[in-house]
Amino acid sequence: MSRLLIMTIGLGLIATGCARKGKPSSASQAAVFGSAIVESSGGKQVAAAGAVLPQPLVVQVNDDQGNAVVGARVELSAESGVTFDPANGVTDSSGQFTANVSLGGMAGRYQIRASTVNKSQKRIDLKLEEIALGYQEVLGQQLNGRYCERCHNPESTPERVSNYDNLEVKPHPFTEGDFLNKMSEEDLNAIISHGGPALNKSSLMPPYGYTLSKSEVQALIAYIRAMSDPPYRPGLSYATK
Amino acid sequence: MFGDSVRAFGVVSMLFLISLAIAPAKNHFSEWRHYQKAYLRMIGDRGDAITLHRHFQGGLQQIWLPELGVVDRCTTCHVGLKEASLSDVGAQPFRSHPVSPHKLDQFGCVICHRGQGPATTVGEAHYSTLAWEQPVLPAKYIESSCGQCHQDSLIGTPQLNQGRRLLAQGGCLHCHTVQVRGATLQATDAPPPLSHIADKTTREWIYAWIKDPQAYAASAKMPNFKLHDEEARDISAFLIANSTPLTDDTLTLPVQKSADLGAGASLYGESFCSSCHAVQNAAGNLVGGDVGPELTRVGNKVKTEWLEGWLRNPRVYDPPTAMPHYRFNNQQIATLSGFLMSKTDSDLLANVHLDPATPEQIAHGKRLVMDYGCASCHEIGGIKKPENFAPELSRIGSKPITQLLFLPGMPHTIFDYIAGKIRNPRAFSPGLKMPQFTFTTAQIDALTTALLPLNERSRTLPPSLLVAGATASNYEPAGKAGQLMHDLACFSCHRINGHGGDMAPDLSLEGSAVQRNWLQSFLKNPSTLRPALIRRMPRFNLTDAEINELSDYILTVYQSPSIDRDSLPLSGYPAVQVEQGKQLFYSKYACQSCHIVDTKADKGYIGPTLTQVGSRLNAAWIFHWLKNPQGLRPGTIEPNRQMSDEEAEQLTAYLMSLKGAAKKEAKK
Repeated sequence: MSRLLIMTIGLGLIATGCARKGKPSSASQAAVFGSAIVESSGGKQVAAAGAVLPQPLVVQVNDDQGNAVVGARVELSAESGVTFDPANGVTDSSGQFTANVSLGGMAGRYQIRASTVNKSQKRIDLKLEEIALGYQEVLGQQLNGRYCERCHNPESTPERVSNYDNLEVKPHPFTEGDFLNKMSEEDLNAIISHGGPALNKSSLMPPYGYTLSKSEVQALIAYIRAMSDPPYRPGLSYATK
Repeated sequence: MFGDSVRAFGVVSMLFLISLAIAPAKNHFSEWRHYQKAYLRMIGDRGDAITLHRHFQGGLQQIWLPELGVVDRCTTCHVGLKEASLSDVGAQPFRSHPVSPHKLDQFGCVICHRGQGPATTVGEAHYSTLAWEQPVLPAKYIESSCGQCHQDSLIGTPQLNQGRRLLAQGGCLHCHTVQVRGATLQATDAPPPLSHIADKTTREWIYAWIKDPQAYAASAKMPNFKLHDEEARDISAFLIANSTPLTDDTLTLPVQKSADLGAGASLYGESFCSSCHAVQNAAGNLVGGDVGPELTRVGNKVKTEWLEGWLRNPRVYDPPTAMPHYRFNNQQIATLSGFLMSKTDSDLLANVHLDPATPEQIAHGKRLVMDYGCASCHEIGGIKKPENFAPELSRIGSKPITQLLFLPGMPHTIFDYIAGKIRNPRAFSPGLKMPQFTFTTAQIDALTTALLPLNERSRTLPPSLLVAGATASNYEPAGKAGQLMHDLACFSCHRINGHGGDMAPDLSLEGSAVQRNWLQSFLKNPSTLRPALIRRMPRFNLTDAEINELSDYILTVYQSPSIDRDSLPLSGYPAVQVEQGKQLFYSKYACQSCHIVDTKADKGYIGPTLTQVGSRLNAAWIFHWLKNPQGLRPGTIEPNRQMSDEEAEQLTAYLMSLKGAAKKEAKK
């Protein structure tokens, strides 16, 4: 009984909260619709499970001519565990809607849906994907930043100049799923631990087996698997009958 | 009532039987039986059902670890935690536990996840109840649990490490005491002294700054105290009135001021000021380091004569400052100060008009300075640093919820409380003194992660589990060279014997590594060893005597006990050995992926350029480095190749043959 009461009060509170948020925009909301919703930035980010993504998610609502629409309603949703701050609102003066995203507590990929409504009250969706890392993948991510990324990531940042372009044989970026997904655990273990020549590949890839521990090499493999695009799917499994 | 006694007996027996059945029925319909049945149904459909069935044990399960105070029944419902093959199962409570550094049987569940271990219902195990205040920890704070035992910085816990860094650098420890195992944590930042502030800046600037520090510099660390106009007026009045002049901290230059901002900009660049100081560029991004204050609007802040005195020798005004004493000449000082003073924002002080301060205002300002605890961070003449100014945080992670005041609508958990308090302290009560910091959400989560392990459980764990952190070293070099190193602030960037910064290489064994000629020419005119390096060693305009003093000290004192510098010659290796080394360098070990020897052919951007390594390093150092790089510099990223002695000798011979241009210079 008391639970029911609390729920009713809670729902009431939420309703009033929404109403308060909705009010100032309600005038424009009725009139403004877009016909497309596109990502400005914030998709394909990586964060520890449960943590807030490093950059906010920014989506833009456009009209038929591809011009940004100001004051269009945007709603974000995702599977359970993902939280948005805020989860809905209207596009700002540049036609964009910005929200901070916290991923769920389980490692894996999270699908996010940003939607708006067009003139004929039809919902238009934009699907985005973010990656949450568990303990092992976070460890791998840190090791990657220290040992691997300077050669394997072609992008430079102000703090880290990439060595990728300087190498005669190009290393595979860890997102390159088409190639890396075909490599078995054993292959990855061999090339990280014993270097390129272990798989008849370039000796520009040095061995890390005497520098990193076994569990650290495992963590790197887990990270590489977590980052791969298209996603890595283990080639088993007896689990699916 | 029942007609006859037989019927009465029958009814009473029935009631008795029913009442006896209540307990077994409750047991039969309990939540955990429901989950175990669901689990059995789930695994029945799987290919690996036989193995999973064999592992399954029905009934209440318990992990009992008396020495850790763990009685965890979580595995009663979370049946598949140890089944690696269930990692594809999304539905809880049946998912297998992801890889973690510790074993379930050795640590149980609640040490990492919190929650009520002995509970056998979902609600009691996961959430706060009237009798239990520690709900299951949200995933975003999970690294905090590592911090209960690990005082060291683990590579797999970046958020905890960041939180601990922020705790020490963000200013928290100036007001809050935190004791961990008897040792008080020390703040690592050094807010500037204010005893002679009138020499440095104006009352108008102080007023604008304390009203809103981030309006002056977006990266300012000083929090916003949300002062009223009158408070800012009176505090600025007091700080100026209380300031005593310092002899020699200002300078009136005899040279003509140059209006050439281009020359100033290039001197700023050549002196690598941006290794420590940031300036906002045209796009609004900060460019530069964060060791020193941001300089975007420094012309609004400092007085020219103070800046010139500071550039001549910053140690006069602030003896322990992290800023090195550059030996600039008068012309350089004038050029640089002209450039810096041009960095202004005309809007910043446009609306600040202060009437001369009255004695009442000054007295009121002093009271405010004591009330707000300004002296907790800043040295202020005549005001003692207050003790225990803010609540001690040594046990904040297990503070009883009943002792805390929550905001309306806020979940009653300790982590929500800590995060909420850091995010917006004054929301809890307008009278609170804690100022508004400008931490991002990720930083607040990191700080919360660093504070949660300060709890009762961490104090009752067996000492054998505790992993100590790096002990703070107060190593100071001795003698004249030591004074010189202090003057040049070597320790702001370099670490020696555990003391100092981490921006530049650790110099603890530098004396074994380098050759004297190279060291001397480097100190005279530092060049960058790594092509891709952004932050660099400045040039200090040292005299020959100073260079001799420093290199003597470095070469004699900073030696590795395991390396005999003279065990291998600097030159004269047989040509065939050199050639073999070259083969190893380019083919077997492919060193050119990270290093450059031939500037035309090699492009490796990661390690130091080796074009003149034979004039820079000692052969014995190269040999030992090749054998085990991490043995000489823990954490260095050069991989250990398990080279044979023979190969290491050949490579050493090759590398020592690379004398580069420096050899000619040394001969001169």
